[in-house]
Order: sequence, then C-alpha cells, then structure tokens
Amino acid sequence: MAQMNLLHAINNALDIAMADNDRTVCFGEDVGHFGGVFRATSGLQDKYGKTRCFNSPLVEQGIIGFANGLAAQGSVAIAEIQFADYIFPAFDQIVNEAAKFRYRTGNEFDVGKLTIRSPYGGGIAGGLYHSQSPEAYFAHTPGLKVVIPRNPYQAKGLLLASIRDDNPVVFFEPKRLYRASVGEVPEEDYQLPLGKAEVVSTGKDITLLAWGAQMEIIEKAAVMAEDDGISCEIIDLRTILPWDVETISASVLKTGRLLISQEAPLTAGFASEIAATIQNECFLHLESPIARVCGLDTPYPLALEKEYISDHLKVYEAIKNSVNF
Amino acid sequence: MSTQLYDDGPIVHQASFIDGHSVEIPELKILQQDGSTYSGAELPDIDKELALKIYNTLAFHRVLDERMVASQRQGRLSFYMTALGEEAASVGGAAALQPQDMVMTQYREQGVLMFRGFSLENFMNQLFSNEKDLGKGRQMPIHYGSKELNCMTVSSTLATQIPQATGYAYGQKVQGLDAVTLCYFGEGAASEGDFHAGLNMAAVQEAPVIFFCRNNGYAISTPASEQFRGNGIASRGVGYGIKTIRVDGNDILAVLKATQLARAYATTESKPVLIEAMSYRLGAHSTSDDPSGYRTKEEESKWQENDPILRMKNWLLKQEWWDETQELALFERLREEVLAAVKVAEKIGKPHIDTMISDVYDVPPPQLQKQLEEVKAHINKYPEAYPFTAGKF
Repeated sequence: MAQMNLLHAINNALDIAMADNDRTVCFGEDVGHFGGVFRATSGLQDKYGKTRCFNSPLVEQGIIGFANGLAAQGSVAIAEIQFADYIFPAFDQIVNEAAKFRYRTGNEFDVGKLTIRSPYGGGIAGGLYHSQSPEAYFAHTPGLKVVIPRNPYQAKGLLLASIRDDNPVVFFEPKRLYRASVGEVPEEDYQLPLGKAEVVSTGKDITLLAWGAQMEIIEKAAVMAEDDGISCEIIDLRTILPWDVETISASVLKTGRLLISQEAPLTAGFASEIAATIQNECFLHLESPIARVCGLDTPYPLALEKEYISDHLKVYEAIKNSVNF
Repeated sequence: MSTQLYDDGPIVHQASFIDGHSVEIPELKILQQDGSTYSGAELPDIDKELALKIYNTLAFHRVLDERMVASQRQGRLSFYMTALGEEAASVGGAAALQPQDMVMTQYREQGVLMFRGFSLENFMNQLFSNEKDLGKGRQMPIHYGSKELNCMTVSSTLATQIPQATGYAYGQKVQGLDAVTLCYFGEGAASEGDFHAGLNMAAVQEAPVIFFCRNNGYAISTPASEQFRGNGIASRGVGYGIKTIRVDGNDILAVLKATQLARAYATTESKPVLIEAMSYRLGAHSTSDDPSGYRTKEEESKWQENDPILRMKNWLLKQEWWDETQELALFERLREEVLAAVKVAEKIGKPHIDTMISDVYDVPPPQLQKQLEEVKAHINKYPEAYPFTAGKF
C-alpha cells in the first residue's frame, strides 16, 4: 500500500496499463513531455517513448477520431480530453462513432479498446468552462460506458477496468479531488467492477446516492443527519452507464427513501433517470418523493459557485425534508 | 523541442498578399479516351492479369449499379447509391494495395469491396437487410463492410472516417506492419472539421495513410463552386505539409499509378499522402435525388464522353487483351447473375429479434435484456402487427 492522491492513482494506473501491454497508447493535448495540464500522464513519455505517449494537436474531434481508428485497429487507445467542458467538438466521434461502432458493423469491427479520460466537475473556481459535469449527455448514448471514481483507490481500480473493458468507456475524473483526495492505494495491479454500485455504509432510514466528488458531500451530510438520529445508507453509483439498478432498488426497498445528489443541472440530469426508474421499481415501498439535490438550470457560475453547487447543507436539508415528509 | 516550424522565405518591406490560388497543381493523365496513352506517359505496374481483374470489377460495378437502381424503381429495394462515372477512383485505388491494407470508404466506393472479392451474395444480403447481412440488417443499403477483407464498414456520418484512418494507420505503424490505410471521401466531406483534424494529425503524427478525395463536382445538389474557394482539395494537402498529387479520376491508369506511388511512399517514409481524383458524379446522389433540378443535360453529356470504363475497354482492345465477343458475354453473364441474386436475397428473412440488443455492448447489460423481454411479450400479444418477428423467437 502507498499513500496516493487521486492524480497519482490515475498516473499509476496508466503506468501499469502501458507496462502491461505494449500496444497501449496515451495521447491528448499537452499529454506528452509535459505530462498533461494536471500531470496525470507525468513521466509516461520518458518511460515508454514518444510513439506511445504524445501530444496531439489542439483538436478534440481529431483526438477522438484518431482514438477510434487506433482502437478499431486493435491498439489500446487512451485519449485525454483536457477538460470535460471541451469534449463537445468530439461529441460526434463519441456518440455517433465510438458508441455505435460494434453495432453498426454487426460486430465486424469495434472500438472496445478505447478509453476517454477527462477531468470534470466544479469546486476549483473554474467558471462555466472549467466546471461542467456532462455525464448525462453520454448516459443517453447506448454503447458507451460512463465511469466516475470517488477517491484514489477507486480511481486506479476503475480506470484499469475501463482500459481493459471491451467497450468504449468515458472516464470522468473529479478534478477538485485530484490533489485533495488522498488515501491508501495498493501498488500492484487490480481492477474494480464496472456496472456495479458500492454500498459505502449501511443505514435504515434513507438511501443517499451520488458519484464522484459528490460522495464527500453526502457523507458529510450523513454525519450531520446521524446527530439527528437519522440513519443513512450511502451508495456510490461508480458507473453511470450501464447503471446498477439492482443495488439501488434493493437499498430503497429497505429504507423507503432516496436522495440523489449531483453537480450537474437539475433538468434531465442523470438523477432524473434514476428517480424515474426507482419510482417504477419501488413505488409501493416509497415513504416520500425521491429527492434530487442538483445544480441550478443555469450555466456553472464563478463568483456564486458556492451558492450554486449541491453542498452538505443542501443535502442535509433535503434529508430532513424527506424523512419528515 | 522546437517551436519554429515554417520554411524561411524572403524578408520584404512592402506589404503584399500571397494569392489564394498561387499554388499551381498539375493533373496526372496517362490514358486518353480512345484507349491510347499520352506520349511520354509513365505507366503503372500492370500486367494482363491485373488489367482484366480491374476491368471485370468495373463491369460488375456498372451492372450492379444499373440493376439495383432498377430494383429500387420497382419497389424491391428501399434505397441505392451508384458510383456511375467515377468507378475508376475506387477500383484503381484498391488495385494498388495489398490485401493487408485497410480501406475506409465514404459510401460511393463499392468498387473496393468488389475488387477484394466481397461476393454478390454479400452485396445482396446487405442491400436487402436480411438475416445473412454481415451488418445484421442495421444500416441502410450500401453500408457494406468486411473484417476479413479489411474493408471498414461504411457509416452515413460524413468524414468521420478521416481522423479514424489516421489513427488506424498510426496503429499499423506502431505495430510495425507492412500496411497502410487508404481513406476515401468526397470533396463535400472535405468541408467537415474531421477532414482538417485527420489530415493535420496524420502530418504531425506521421501516419502511413493515403487520403483519397473523389472530387466529383457535387455534394448532393451543391456544386463544388459553392463548397470551397481554394484550388480544389489538393491545395490543402500542401497547407498541411502532406505530399499531394492530383489525377484524372476517370483515368484508371493514372489512379493506379498515383496510388501505387502513394503506397510505396507511405510505407517507406511512414507519412501520409493526399490524392485528389478529378471526376464527375454522372448519377444522382442517391435514388432519393433527381439531379435535373440543379444541373444541365449538357453538363452531364460532356462527362458521359469521359466514361472511365469505356476508356479502359478501349485500352484493353488496343492491347489485344480483350475483344467485343468477350465484352458481350461478360455483361450478359453479370446481368443474369445479379438478377438471380436479387431473387434469392429478397426472400431471405429478417434478422432475429435478439439482434436488436446484441453488439450494443460486448455483452448485453441487464437493462437491455429486460427491455427485449418486454418487446417480445408485446409482440406475442399482438403478433399480427409484427409479422417479421412474431412466432420466430
């Protein structure tokens, strides 16, 4: 075991993936010698050479188009989009190409060896173009897997699983936690399962569900609620698509209440999808309406970021409202 | 590391612009319409066997296109796209490659699959979306593909194959293969952002990819004059620092020569090449389109005189590798074979309902399985409304 922050864990996972398979290639803007603007690919070019770790020109649609071709050829393509806010020029290559590659070719070809890494989310004074949480756009696209880790241990195991999964994966990294989240991480190779949520702690009165950087928020709110005698079950969704309906349903059948917290805007966010499905699965067991604590339906603010984002106090209030409904 | 990457030019002290058309681009022509070659023309590597394989492929292409348009008009087929008048671009390009080379096409290059041996049955099964279609009946007619033949499956999304070809070729290079990727697209698709992305990345990453632009004058109804203002598409290759050549796209020998040279360069230097083949889309964009609304008969008849298949036939006759008796027999046989194959393919059933959820992921997740079971239960309730699948699962 070693103490690692989330960035080190990502870097360590990439190092293992590149050492493990010499057809693994890492690239993106500033990813080469510089090691990425957050340093996630630090040292990889020195270790594996410029052919396998390199700077791409500044063209997101080109990065993912190139990655699709590389993965179709049988190489392991790990592409970095510098900020999730800048992924949209590549939207066509992700949504129309990567996601549909296997289906449209009748499994003659696929891009299962593609992983797209991108820092996402707020809390770093990044304003509207360095703070977005675009997971719901990709969750609306059959063929993709969408994965978001909450801490260094999860990040390493989920990233290695994403790289080796035989489907294209969009892997969003909570950049607020890059250096802030530190924990014990095994130095050896390991994988955590995709498509499986994790019950982080058990409780009986209400289920709190989140992913990525929002996990810290709901855990903090749960501690406050415990002081009021409310027992919270905390679940990390981990994989947004395809998501683990079974684990969430089982928890809500037990607690009778569900609160989902997300950074993204309320309307048509992934919390909405979860609420609709769980309402269907657990209708007769629900004690209160499913609560969504989300960002406002506005662009992500700069000066008013604290007011905008779902924080522990908003979640705490929503827990009390749900339990007292 | 260096930040400077431009060629030193003269320093001047009076402002003057470089003209947007200052790059003069020669056009390679080898074969004349009467079948004679231009004096001094350097022929590609071609012998009688290759020449006849190319000609047989061109003939099959012409016959299949004619018969399938007729089938669409008869209501037997939903949709079709011909490559009338520009068959030499795809067949000539394919003839210059090795079997291990990947070809990524746009949608008007069925000649590549024909040259590589995609069977008539495979074409028919795809066109009729039946259960024997390699693509499992998921894409509209003409979206062929074959892993075995290294022909990437066609997708309707224009130009997306261009940066993908760069990545594919880069993978071939990293793996140390003696292989290139040939990427086709039209002059209209070259307006898409993916064109810029793919060529620039190929130049920077030094990928062994041959970009092959079929400049056929039209993107559906939009003429090239309303598509771009530079000197064709070839001038852009120069801008990206890519070796570039323009050829007469209706001249099979010029296309073959240029692509042979491009392959040799791409493999030995491991760098990209751009070929611009000048041609004309003699047919409609697709069976859903009528060109009489946007161009003149005079324009079309001028290009009919440049038929690439007739041009090659004239060359073969001069070589004494072909005669009119063989010509008649070949076209008659092909027409009969295509008609017979249509009758077989249109009677083959639709793909099984389970293929609705297969290949979305490597393994269908529980949600997809649940959704499929719901659809099946619904079909069982109203079987008469779903005749293709009811009672078949």
